[in-house]
Amino acid sequence: MSTTNAVEGIVDAGATSLLRFATAGSVDDGKSTLVGRLLHDSKSVLADQLEAVEHASRNRGQEAPDLALLTDGLRAEREQGITIDVAYRYFATPRRRFILADTPGHVQYTRNMVTGASTAELAVVLVDARNGVVEQTRRHAAVAALLRVPHVVLAVNKMDLVDYAEPVFAAIAEEFTTYAASLGVPEITAIPISALAGDNVVTPSPNMDWYGGPTVLEHLETVPVVADPSDDPGRFPVQYVIRPQTAQHPDYRGYAGQIASGVLRVGDAVTVLPSGRTSTIEAIDALGQGVDVAWAPQSVTVRLADDVDISRGDLIAPTASAPATSQDIEATICHVADRPLTVGQRVLLKHTTRTVKAIVKEIPSRLTLDDLSQHPEPGELVANDIGRITLRTAEPLALDAYAASRRTGSFLLIDPADGTTLTAGMAGTAFAEAAADATPATEADDDGWDF
Amino acid sequence: MTTAPVETGPGREDSPYALSHLDALESEAVHIFREVAGEFERPVILFSGGKDSIVMLHLALKAFAPAPVPFSLLHVDTGHNFPEVLDYRDRTVERHGLRLHVASVQDFIDRGELRERPDGTRNPLQTVPLLDAIEKNRFDAVFGGGRRDEEKARAKERVFSLRDEFGGWDPRRQRPELWQLYNGKHSPGEHVRVFPLSNWTELDVWQYIAREKIELPAIYYAHEREVFARGGMWLAPGQWGGPKDDERAETRKVRYRTVGDMSCTGAVDSDADTIEAVIAEIAASRLTERGATRADDKLSEAAMEDRKREGYF
Repeated sequence: MSTTNAVEGIVDAGATSLLRFATAGSVDDGKSTLVGRLLHDSKSVLADQLEAVEHASRNRGQEAPDLALLTDGLRAEREQGITIDVAYRYFATPRRRFILADTPGHVQYTRNMVTGASTAELAVVLVDARNGVVEQTRRHAAVAALLRVPHVVLAVNKMDLVDYAEPVFAAIAEEFTTYAASLGVPEITAIPISALAGDNVVTPSPNMDWYGGPTVLEHLETVPVVADPSDDPGRFPVQYVIRPQTAQHPDYRGYAGQIASGVLRVGDAVTVLPSGRTSTIEAIDALGQGVDVAWAPQSVTVRLADDVDISRGDLIAPTASAPATSQDIEATICHVADRPLTVGQRVLLKHTTRTVKAIVKEIPSRLTLDDLSQHPEPGELVANDIGRITLRTAEPLALDAYAASRRTGSFLLIDPADGTTLTAGMAGTAFAEAAADATPATEADDDGWDF
Repeated sequence: MTTAPVETGPGREDSPYALSHLDALESEAVHIFREVAGEFERPVILFSGGKDSIVMLHLALKAFAPAPVPFSLLHVDTGHNFPEVLDYRDRTVERHGLRLHVASVQDFIDRGELRERPDGTRNPLQTVPLLDAIEKNRFDAVFGGGRRDEEKARAKERVFSLRDEFGGWDPRRQRPELWQLYNGKHSPGEHVRVFPLSNWTELDVWQYIAREKIELPAIYYAHEREVFARGGMWLAPGQWGGPKDDERAETRKVRYRTVGDMSCTGAVDSDADTIEAVIAEIAASRLTERGATRADDKLSEAAMEDRKREGYF
């Protein structure tokens, strides 16, 4: 592309969409190099940043600039040459803006990848072409499936080290696709690359004529990011009540929030949960402008026809598709804190805009991501564990299944003593529907992967 | 923002429900403001009169309209601010009926509680008055306009960033931030730094300023100005300490990409005197905002991280 076109595309502010994606890979799979290559080859690395990297590389006695240094931001990371924590990177092409959750493949892999994947619409799973699908690859696929990331890219890296051989790629792609599909990952795209040499990252590789698919960047630019919100039930968690009480607006009473799913229309009959009171949407203010219809994820202010008592934490939903409320919750969780989660523990549960007291009633099982085997009654879950728990809450919650809505099916458990974030929770069953039929032959007993 | 799903702009995604990246970023930032309003007792917005804090205030005004913004403003005044920016600050406060707190570096120096640095740079001195104002006013949430694209250490920053009773940031002990569920729980004495523009880039900020027709201090646009060269940057002369004997002031056509303390904020040569020209210039620029104009980040490879650990934004 020419510079002029790039500038024109970027200046036209309305023309681009936003894709949030996450990367996952083991320590030596070349993830930092891939991220560095994406940033560098999409011309998102500016001269002073590159100069800093070249300077640092020279200081370490490296001849070529080490693109991985672009992404290691902390003193300790540079000193130790590892990535400690999720970092967010930004780059743009004329077609799209990207937010990349750069998750380390190191020790605390699960909670970091869960964090990165929670907001991602696409995950890039890296494998080393020489090693193929390994345990870590299966873990990454399982986390992407658990978090219900809509699109997964398998990047088979280091193709230059296997002579760019198609059969190597085909075998890995086949094995991974079969495995990921069995977990219910809806869409998988496999791309053979060399992050180091730049093959198929931003520009098509002359070394792999046999590959007819998109480069990594081309795929990122074109993957559809907009699901049709009209397919989903309307969910509007009330964040804040706006009451100006000014001479100009003496009676204005608006419920401010971000639409979590679906579409809201003026005239909709709605139910307020957990109280169950009903009313009608009288007006929708989209940040200062009246509109007839609004949809997820817009932040809006809703006014109702009746003077209903509503406060932060309530959920407004179209009466026709209002969710059930319950004080008993079954969920799959990833434990993210260093102190364990135990049966009988008292916690705070934050769901949308509502925070309630809760108690951990049971921990029926812990999952081993390597082989998806389940360990019954583990007693506690420690950092990076994924497990199944049941909770009892002090007040009823309008919780959807995570399978139906990542936004209204997710929650946090928080330590009431010091506010530490303990656990990432996903209501309902663990893996998507396809997984139910794919119980491995060795796991003959009862409920398969819905552990 | 579109008023109905049938109104899609040229080049948008096919779906009638597509949001442009600016709409998505705006929606997210507004959500963050409202979360803080709903969960904290005494939030404050750091307001310097720079473009990021101006955009931040604009978003806050939209988030609570037609009610006033339920936060006051805090300006850490280094004593070396551009007069145009202070004027803009005061007019903005007046226009929106806001309350402004000023924490003055000069006052701390006059009282002997801070000492002037040999290089005359006051930017690193801001941390002490800032933490003092947070403590005295018992602010529990402090909004900053910091963006993760600015600097490598900032790329690791959370949207809600818990600070200890000394205002310190420990990158190894950050809370994981999952989905859009922000955890603002804190103990007395601790506070939370909140960054609603975390996911914005410099270009997003400018595109948004253009779309929303937001007024900025005039120094962001190209103008004739007396400047002198120091450390590879064009600095504005002033009582803060320049030009020195061996430095010569000259008049050039310049503009500012960032606006902070006069002693460390450099101007760039530019003819961009309209917003469209500024956007075109930034889109084509081969230098980052900070690389082009901030002396304080060049002090060492980890300058920003070290200052953040001490309580800087």
